[in-house]
Amino acid sequence: MLTKRIIPCLDVLDQKVVKGVQFRNHRIVGDILSLAEFYANEGADELVFYDITASSDQRSVSVTWMNQVAAAINIPFTVAGGIRSLEKARALLNAGADKISLNSPALENPSLINQLSAAFGAQCVVVGIDSRWIEDDFYVFQYTGNEATSQNSRRKTKDWVVEVQERGAGEIVLNCMQSDGVLHGYDLEQLKYMRAITTVPLIASGGAGKCSDFVDVFQKTGADGALAATIFHDRILSISNVKQTLVENNIEVRTS
Amino acid sequence: MIAVIDITGNNLTSIANAIDRLGFESCLTHDPKTIERASHVILPGVGTVGAAMQALQKHHLIDLIGGLRQPLLGICVGMQLLFESSEEGNEKGLGLLSGQVKRLPSVPGFSIPHMGWNNMTWLEESPLSQGLKDDDHFYFVHSYAILSHENTIARCHFSTEFTAVVQKDHIYGVQFHPEKSALVGMTLLNNFLRLTRS
Repeated sequence: MLTKRIIPCLDVLDQKVVKGVQFRNHRIVGDILSLAEFYANEGADELVFYDITASSDQRSVSVTWMNQVAAAINIPFTVAGGIRSLEKARALLNAGADKISLNSPALENPSLINQLSAAFGAQCVVVGIDSRWIEDDFYVFQYTGNEATSQNSRRKTKDWVVEVQERGAGEIVLNCMQSDGVLHGYDLEQLKYMRAITTVPLIASGGAGKCSDFVDVFQKTGADGALAATIFHDRILSISNVKQTLVENNIEVRTS
Repeated sequence: MIAVIDITGNNLTSIANAIDRLGFESCLTHDPKTIERASHVILPGVGTVGAAMQALQKHHLIDLIGGLRQPLLGICVGMQLLFESSEEGNEKGLGLLSGQVKRLPSVPGFSIPHMGWNNMTWLEESPLSQGLKDDDHFYFVHSYAILSHENTIARCHFSTEFTAVVQKDHIYGVQFHPEKSALVGMTLLNNFLRLTRS
């Protein structure tokens, strides 16, 4: 049976892994390579590297450190951060990345999703959506890596979820901004709502604080994977703690 | 020397890294002589069957691959290439094994592509399965597969049963990515690299 995926997310700023709270006040939590190896050995199913200021600084993620990561680990990983062209995506995939995740650049130029999907296959193309409730609905935010640049794209999340799938996204990561970094659990309502309109794999992101949050997100929303950062970086929980709890709740995970 | 057939120039770093980690020497190549002389040949999983066949044709490798007698391993799309044809773009494959690659059926509750870690059931003893068990999870990323086949040696269940590992004589195919499947993937790859020419 296909297992639910536990995915540590490494936000990268100036070549260091950092973590903020609700996308602000970032602090350094470690070195990219050593954390990548640590999580791979601990049983992470996949890793995500977000160069969080790449888009707001108008640059893209570094191919050099992707190469080093690929040589160090043998589990799949996704890279994100300011990827705006076919050439850049190709360079990162050639460096050993399995998937490219688009966020702000997809909002700037939605046809980039079509181009990447046609060139590399839908399975390589992830769209990350930073979403928060504003007055009447969930809206997609962009340039969220820096609070000075973060802005409402004025697209409704539900419309964007449908559009990116039509354009060829093979996976969606839904970053629920209001629950990010505060450890109070995933945004189950929002995830459940978006799951119903998503036919590709959906990854929950934002809010994990304890083992039962993972049980809830899988049992109550139908998410395919759960992304988390703070609890793993701060060693509040280990990946094996989380997986053990999931096994006890009859949720299929990879434990070997 | 292990030859990893490089026909598109795309994303072969991971397989090369994995072979390197196991202590074998590999080269990424589309040179017919190098491939013929290799101890083992790997046909990696990149792009689509149609694009891969075009590239193989361009490099005059179609007949050559059919004539190889050393252990040959197709990975993901590389495995799909071994068969007669694929529903994806209605393309012809190498035809080393009979049958057609089909799209995984859409079934409620199963998100396509089949992406993530799944376990499989070994149907028979194989040199590839040494040190592995049915509970082991491998990393899959695909929307197409060979469903059932006379040469299936391990099967996997997703929205339907499909072939996870196929073997006929010196020809092996795996639908998952051993190079991305942590320790069990390395075990399987190591088993393949230790095969000797029959």
